Parts: sequence; C-alpha cells; structure tokens
Amino acid sequence: MIVSIASGKGGTGKTSVAVNMALSIRNVQLLDCDVEEPNAHLLLHPKISRIEPVYVPVPFVNEKLCDHCGKCSKFCQYNAIFVSPEKVLIFPELCHSCGGCTLVCPKKAITEDKHKIGTLKLASAGNLELVYGELDVGEPMAVPVIREVKKHIDDSRNVILDSPPGTSCPVIETVKGSDFCILVTEPTPFGLHDLKIAVQVLEDMKIPLGVVVNRAGIGDKKVYEYCEDKDVPVLLEIPYQRRIAELYSRGVPFSLEMPEWKEKFQMLFDEARRLVSK
Amino acid sequence: MKQITVLSGKGGTGKTTITASFAVLAKNAVVADCDVDAPDLHILLHPRIVKTQEFKGSKLAAIDEPKCVKCDLCREKCRFDAITENFKVDPFSCEGCGVCTIVCPANAITLTERISGHAYISKTRYGFMAHAMLSPGEANSGKLVTLVRQNAKVLAEKEDSDLVIIDGPPGIGCPVIASVTGVDVGLVVTEPTMSGIHDLKRALQLLKHFNVPPFVCVNMYDVNRYNTEKILRFCKENGIQIAGRIPFNSEVTEAMVNGKTIVEYSPKSDVAKEVENILKKLCSSLKLGSV
Repeated sequence: MIVSIASGKGGTGKTSVAVNMALSIRNVQLLDCDVEEPNAHLLLHPKISRIEPVYVPVPFVNEKLCDHCGKCSKFCQYNAIFVSPEKVLIFPELCHSCGGCTLVCPKKAITEDKHKIGTLKLASAGNLELVYGELDVGEPMAVPVIREVKKHIDDSRNVILDSPPGTSCPVIETVKGSDFCILVTEPTPFGLHDLKIAVQVLEDMKIPLGVVVNRAGIGDKKVYEYCEDKDVPVLLEIPYQRRIAELYSRGVPFSLEMPEWKEKFQMLFDEARRLVSK
Repeated sequence: MKQITVLSGKGGTGKTTITASFAVLAKNAVVADCDVDAPDLHILLHPRIVKTQEFKGSKLAAIDEPKCVKCDLCREKCRFDAITENFKVDPFSCEGCGVCTIVCPANAITLTERISGHAYISKTRYGFMAHAMLSPGEANSGKLVTLVRQNAKVLAEKEDSDLVIIDGPPGIGCPVIASVTGVDVGLVVTEPTMSGIHDLKRALQLLKHFNVPPFVCVNMYDVNRYNTEKILRFCKENGIQIAGRIPFNSEVTEAMVNGKTIVEYSPKSDVAKEVENILKKLCSSLKLGSV
C-alpha cells in the first residue's frame, strides 16, 4: 500500500507524521518527496548507501547544421530556446524536457544533452529504507527529481511518501498513484484554509483521504467542524505539547521517546489500510 | 521603490504572520502574497478585491475523439505519461508542451488554453495588496508569482509607495525563485529546530545564488535556545545580518483566530515589539523611513 502524507500549509508536521509512522510499522519504505527541503533524514540519521545525480535532457544545438529558422523557438511553450539570425540560446532552467524541439527541427540540428538538477540518495536506518532527493539550489523544477525518487517505490512493501507543502505540481507528482493520502493540518485559520484546498485537489484526483490534526488544543474548532461537514475522517490528534515540540527541535522522532505513540501510529496506518479496502 | 521578500525554506516558520504585521506597520507600502498555491495573508488583512485577472499559465492537450486513429504515437512520445490507454488527456500530468500535436498523423490533437488561476488587486485598511489563487493542482506557479509581483510594482508606482513587501512560498523551487529575483532584501524566517536550520541554509544559498542581500530572523527562538545560538553563530561566521529574535507567544495564534495581525491584536506584546524592530532594521538598511 502506498500512503502519501501531504498538507497544503507548510510546517504542520508532515515529516514528523511520516517518520513516526514509518518507525512504528514493519516492512516499510519511506520516500521523502520534498526535494526542495528534504527533512526526513534529519530525524532518522540514516546510513547512505548510494548517491546518484539526477539529470534532465535539455536541447543541444549543432550550430553547423542549424539554419536559424526559429521553428524550435516557436514550438517551445516554455521560452527555453531563443533563436537570432546569428545565435541560438538555450535556457536549461526553463526547459521541461519534452523533446519537442528535436522533433520540429527540419535540419536535425538538435540533440539532447543532460543537465544536472539534483541528487538522489538511497539510505537505510535499521530496517527502514529511506529514499530522498535534493534539488540543486537555483534549479526551479522539483518535479523531475520527485519522479526519480518515486521510481524506487517497491510496492511489495508499506510505502510512505512525504510530500512537499502546497497544492501545485510537486504535490500532484508526489501523491499521484497513492492508495491513500493523510493530510496533516493544525487547528488554526491558516491550517483550515490550506486544508480545504488540499482536500479539493485530492478529491479531483480521486484519492481517498483522512486528516491528522497536529498541535491539537491551539487555535479553534473550525477544522473539526469542516471535517464533519465534508465527511472527512479525523484519524489522529497529536496534542500541542512542549515535550513533542522540544524533541522535534532536536531532531528526535517523538515516538522513540514516548513509546505509547508507536501504537497510535500503527493504528493510524491500519486505519488507512481499512479505509482503502472499503 | 524597494522590495523585501519574506521567505523561509521550511514551511510554517511564521512568514505570513510577520509579513502581515509589516503590512500594518509600514506606512505607504504595497503588500504581495506570492504563496499562490496556499495563500493565507488575506486571512489577516481582509482585502477587498477591486480587480480580478484570469491567469492562463499553461496549455492543455485536447484530443478530438472522432479524428483519433488510436495509433499510439502520442502516448509513445509524451514524456509526461499524460495520455491514458484509452486516449484521454490526464490534466494532472499534461504540461502543455505540444509534442502530441505534432506527432499525431490524424491532426486530432490541439493545445487549448487553460485558466490556471486568478490574480487579484485589492485594497486593505493599510494600503494596496496584490495576490492570487492558483487553481488547485495547477502547474506554473512561478509565472503567477511573476504576475503578482508585476501587479504590486505597478500599484507601488501609481500610489507612490516606496516599499513592496512580498510574502514568499516555502521551499526553494520555481515559485520561490520567482519571488526573490531582483529584490533588495530577503528576510529568511527560521525556527530553532534541526529542520529549520537545514532549510535556512538552503534558503540562504538560494539568496546568494540570485545575489539578494540576506537577513535572518529566528522565530520562536526560546523553544530551543541551544539551536538558536547555533543559528546566530552560523550567521555571524558567514557575515549574515541578524534581523531579530521573536519569542514564542500563544497570542500569535489567538490573533490569527481573531483574523488579526499580532501588532493589532496585542501591540504591546514582546512579539509585536520585536517585529517592529525587525522592520525598522530592514528599512534602515534600505535607507527608507517607512516606520
């Protein structure tokens, strides 16, 4: 089963839920898809077994063959190629690697070159397998790195995907193909507002979902009212506790120090499984 | 006219709380919410929309079913797996590149415009605001951020404002890059946690990459004083200016629940005072007398 952990709003506790749940169940693979700011490894201190660069194909123009007709530039939806009568300029950071320019060039002057945009890391902490990606600083496109991370999904295992915040393309790429999505929120107006957007995205994608309310006790009750209205199950509440916040600040998954939480995270996973099979 | 972007790397460190307070404190500033896929600034500033623009960020392939000869070429050439086995376009995967339109031998595929969101120009009690809402699940948030910033700039020029305050999204990818390029100061809001420190460093690298002068502010600094010291030392060693340290205060959440900024809800609180000091520091570095 593949379970993704997403949120809408940032900093609600996605990584905390993903890591604590991963530590509480068996036969598990955790993929950190927040490649802009991966944090799961900071809580797990894993042993890294393999590091691989992530490349994307970008156009390479053979100036000897190019007659500067400009068809590639006209075709490119992302303004990644500029053709002047003397020169062709490529902007690799704007390129989406669709390969269209190589197809439209009448002179067959365009081939593809590889451009590094990030790094993939394969690691383990005890029996837990961790795969994560890191987008290179200055590179805008996270999606191809997320795709690389997700290529390592082993669906014979319990797979947990830690998503980036927000509701745009990197989140879609992460949650796509999940059997279930857990949305982590906090009971505040910001938490609720962004939860609503995330719920809409998942409903559009037809992915079943449930909510974990983190820092329960702060804010107000409107998140609960919304969930009841929308018939969205609240699967777990994690109270606002100084001890949990303090453990997190030191990079310690709180279920390791507060073992009563292991069972709760197991139950969270089991509940997700039950809702999927329903 | 000067521009300040509030960013963080890690989400939930307090960007919007701080930006909203700046918007209240600064005289004659325009505020821009560039977190276009999860915008929250309006919850505190209650803008009244005066103008709405459609945002056409990307295109979407459309297959004319009667024309389709089911040759599979589009599926083969699409690098985004956006065409399903029964020749339907998956809007969540299609990046609107147009490759399918040129490989289709039956001319059955065209690119269509899609409305990926809306940009707004609004008025708040404290001045003008540029913001937007990306349609849930859409791509191209960077382009929409650029539109919001353009709107803010035009507003600032029209209103003779000397400052644009930009609330950035979390992360370091395309919408963040679009939020920081060409601004005069980047204020990185961090928290004293291991993740906060890790993400702060990447956000600072991003500012350096785009030649934006950085300032750092540690929010909820008293949650872990040891880590706060580590951050302050790191900044000192790397010649990065500290804008301030904001203590944890449950009034911040209370203010949010009441739809107010902390400087309105509890103007005498330790948080409100520190936020004001931070804005003063940023303005004086920009040689502005805004507060």
